[in-house]
Amino acid sequence: MSVAICVQELTKHYKGITAVRNISFNVEQGRCFGLLGPNGAGKTTTIELMEGIISPTSGNISYKNESAQGKKVDETTSQQIGIQFQHTALQDFLTVKETLNLFSSFYERTLPQEQLIELCDLNDFLNRDNRLLSGGQRQRLLLALALINDPEIIFLDEPTTGLDPHARRNFWQLINNIKAQNKTIILTTHYMDEAEQLCDDIVIMDQGEIIEAGTPHQLLNKHFNEVFIYLPTEQVPQILVAKNNWNKLEGQIEITTRNVEKTLAFLMSSKVSLAGLHVKSANLDDLFLKLTGNSLRGAK
Amino acid sequence: MNIKRFFAVFKARNIEFVRDKSSLGWNLFFPVLLLMGFSFIFSGDGRPAYKVGWVEEVENISDKTQHDTFTETKFIDFIDYEKIESAKAKLNRHAVDLVIAPQSKRYWINKESTKSYLVEKIFSDKLQGYTRLEISGKKIRYVDWVLPGILGMNMMFSCLFGVGYVIVRYRKNSVLKRLKATPLTALEFVAAQLLSRLFIVMFTSILVYAGCNFLFNFFMLGSYFDLFIIGMLGAFCLISLGLLVACRSKSDELIGGLLNVTSWPMMMLSGVWFSLEGSPSALQTFADFLPLTHLVAGAREVITQGATLSDISYHVNCLLLMSVIFLSIGSYLFSWNTER
Repeated sequence: MSVAICVQELTKHYKGITAVRNISFNVEQGRCFGLLGPNGAGKTTTIELMEGIISPTSGNISYKNESAQGKKVDETTSQQIGIQFQHTALQDFLTVKETLNLFSSFYERTLPQEQLIELCDLNDFLNRDNRLLSGGQRQRLLLALALINDPEIIFLDEPTTGLDPHARRNFWQLINNIKAQNKTIILTTHYMDEAEQLCDDIVIMDQGEIIEAGTPHQLLNKHFNEVFIYLPTEQVPQILVAKNNWNKLEGQIEITTRNVEKTLAFLMSSKVSLAGLHVKSANLDDLFLKLTGNSLRGAK
Repeated sequence: MNIKRFFAVFKARNIEFVRDKSSLGWNLFFPVLLLMGFSFIFSGDGRPAYKVGWVEEVENISDKTQHDTFTETKFIDFIDYEKIESAKAKLNRHAVDLVIAPQSKRYWINKESTKSYLVEKIFSDKLQGYTRLEISGKKIRYVDWVLPGILGMNMMFSCLFGVGYVIVRYRKNSVLKRLKATPLTALEFVAAQLLSRLFIVMFTSILVYAGCNFLFNFFMLGSYFDLFIIGMLGAFCLISLGLLVACRSKSDELIGGLLNVTSWPMMMLSGVWFSLEGSPSALQTFADFLPLTHLVAGAREVITQGATLSDISYHVNCLLLMSVIFLSIGSYLFSWNTER
């Protein structure tokens, strides 16, 4: 598979802060690449360096082996990439349709507007003033602007932050539709369920550094060969919890095991009721907690 | 420079302005209200007495006796002029009511002025033996005089805040960052902002002038084309200044302060409300560095004196020079400023 973006030894210093520290990775053509990490991990800085919005202190980024040197990307490259920023405003007093027309005029090649409107489900609010859009509608418009030039590479910086669960799932469906068109997507998120749903490859960042990289499956296999068994606290004798060093969570006991059958047999032999028992394998949330010791959603 | 991209931004900015009803309303009605206010406040003559221009045509020869004969009459102001043409120009615009040249035994009245008629009657016995000469000219009211100032001031606020504040707002809320991520160049963006604002300012100013002219029937000695050109040069210069002020800032409060620091001296010292004639020369020199001074002075000369573009070439050249300086520095320093 060919490399769409190559990031080499990238570092970015702000006044007194190193936001990104000597990171390197490749993004392969046609894959959804996730940059994961808590708030302040350096995800947005990394993606903005890749977009050419900000300049690196050192290091290099190349698009299909053509170096951008971190400056405003040249016109050829900017014609081929689409960007959805984490925080952005649109020009006041323009309608959704006028905004699409404005951005269409910036590019040599654009998707047919009807196709874009259909893809991002904009039809219901096409003539609405940008200022009157709901959070979900706004994100869909911003995604449409990112796709307007039918880009080969799409950057999405925390595209579902602030959306309700229903809007988030709709948005995932949109991104899956784009993925089906063999586009390269670079996605930052601090929602691990989102990364599991969408990403083919991930890097996990913390404090400006990459702490792990691979496919979600590879990483989970590498770090977890156990599963978790949960039981209501009142059903498990305290002496058993202390003796086996099981985790006490709020209202439940967490048992980590490599052999579920053996553990269940042990519980039954210890006269522990299995009512309310549930079993869960490790996910990216667990992986991140293990790697950083931080709670992702409460990291801010 | 891609014309398609430039025109798209130009059009979008114009739509934004026209749909912003409060801003559009302010730009259209504020100057009209000011003019109506001044017209009402200064609807009287504002002069306590009749004015007579006194011209000593020959240097160092002053006819003291003749002078005293006239000045013994109360409630008449006598103003000395060195040149007869200056005095006649004032009479022409009703700034004085009679001009007397005692050495050549001549006097002039403005046949369109009732005050001229009355002052001539007052001095009829003393003007025996003088040659009576007539000129004619329409009166310039204060509202005629203040019109270029108010229009200029309105243009100044629209240019400075309409460009400066908008660019900083775009920068602060990441509109510029979003545009930077497209193939749009800084030159295309800046040029579209400048020309959009120039179009808006000229359009609203013409509308305001035409509307007010309908109400006040303004004095106009010069050509409307010359007035349009000096207005456009002034607006372009002020827009360039707005760009310069906003070229890097990301703070609403800072840009508000900077724009106020830029606009207030112009409002007070550029001859909007009163003439700086007779003020300290240092103040006049300072005012000469303000673009609004040249816009207002040039427009006023066209309106009240019938000056042509060549007559006001000093103001035209100053505005052109300042535009080039502001635009060059502003473009050089302009930043999308997306770095945190």
